[in-house]
Amino acid sequence: MSRSNEFYNRPVADLSLVSCHNCDLLQRLPPLASGGSARCPRCNEEIRRRREDSLHRTLALAIAAALLYVVANSVPMLGLTVVGREASTTVFGGAMQLWADRRDTVSALVLFTAMIAPALQIGFMLAIVLGALRESPRRWVGVLLRHHRLTRIWSMIEVMMLGVLVALTKIADYATVVPGLALFVLGALVFVLAAMQSGFDPDEVWERIEWAADADVASEAAGTVLPQA
Amino acid sequence: MSAAPSTAMQHGLQNCGACGLLSLPAPGVEKGHCPRCAEPVAFRKRDSIQRTWAFVIAAAICYIPANVLPVLTTTTATGTDSDTILQGVILLWSPTGWPLSLIVLIASIIIPSAKIAVMAYLLVTVQRGSIRNNEQRIRLFRTVEFIGRWSMVDVFVDTFTAALVQLQPLMSVEPGPGLFFFAMVVVLTMLAVESFDPRLIWDAASEQGVHYG
Repeated sequence: MSRSNEFYNRPVADLSLVSCHNCDLLQRLPPLASGGSARCPRCNEEIRRRREDSLHRTLALAIAAALLYVVANSVPMLGLTVVGREASTTVFGGAMQLWADRRDTVSALVLFTAMIAPALQIGFMLAIVLGALRESPRRWVGVLLRHHRLTRIWSMIEVMMLGVLVALTKIADYATVVPGLALFVLGALVFVLAAMQSGFDPDEVWERIEWAADADVASEAAGTVLPQA
Repeated sequence: MSAAPSTAMQHGLQNCGACGLLSLPAPGVEKGHCPRCAEPVAFRKRDSIQRTWAFVIAAAICYIPANVLPVLTTTTATGTDSDTILQGVILLWSPTGWPLSLIVLIASIIIPSAKIAVMAYLLVTVQRGSIRNNEQRIRLFRTVEFIGRWSMVDVFVDTFTAALVQLQPLMSVEPGPGLFFFAMVVVLTMLAVESFDPRLIWDAASEQGVHYG
């Protein structure tokens, strides 16, 4: 595929040349051992970290997260009883109640951060890892990976978990609270998601993705910029 | 590095925010696309200062009704009660409940106001071309970036409280108008952090050849 289109920049040939995304300092990355990391000498931001066996571990955790997610959203999360009356809800039910109370915007926000974004986060991760494990990963893997950061920022399962615990404590004053199965599944999901995200090495995927670096242009560009350290 | 430290921008290179690839824009093209992942790339985020100011100011405005208007309205046999966020914190405060009360206080009152203040401080210092306390400022930015999502806690608390306590005619809980403004504060401050370009903090130092580290 030719990328000489004027909308596309020309890549530098030397991929060990990077700049810090927090302060833009140009630097050369040393070869990193598995599990090793490199920090920016100026602002101390972590530039790279090599994860051990990143793709397979992430795949296992993403599958686990997907299963937990389905359970957490299909069984009641918490119930309560007061003088013989019972009530229970799921995450979706909570958002729908808000909608019924005519708090549309907040309802949509809760639905997005507690259900849609986590689902996208898990789904994207599954597709990215499965795609990257193929012999020659396609560009769509990169497209998903590029958007994955946003799904991570807006996915707030762990924040919701804390919110539910606070709500439980508040309600305990009025009624007997019965924690549902989903609450425990949700707790497990929080840990699995954190492990999935921290074990994932996006740079490994970027290195595997097939893309057409135009060699001529690249070396020309590199010749103009590389100050040898 | 033995050579004087320099930035990618000083070498005419753009760093892709998504995949980290350095690339050279075509002559005369201010804003190109990453050749590897097609993410739009630029030397610095577009109109970063103006956009961040817009989000910070909007968040500061929403912060007022968020704290003044009730977020929950409780109706019981004895009457109707409306609670603001701060009243919710006070209600939760008890010999056993104080840790949760503290969490809500920090997440709902302290973090959002601190975020607005920190972003305003970063914007002002960047606009004045300050080169002092760069390391502290970048640390502040990273902290704000990291803890920002936690101010959503109260929105979830009120959602699930309202969803569960529907025991008419005994008792019902409804979300109040303050909840909308509070949710907006969270979203706007997160957008402010997203639109701010931390590299601006270092640009004044780079221009003047000040070295760090």
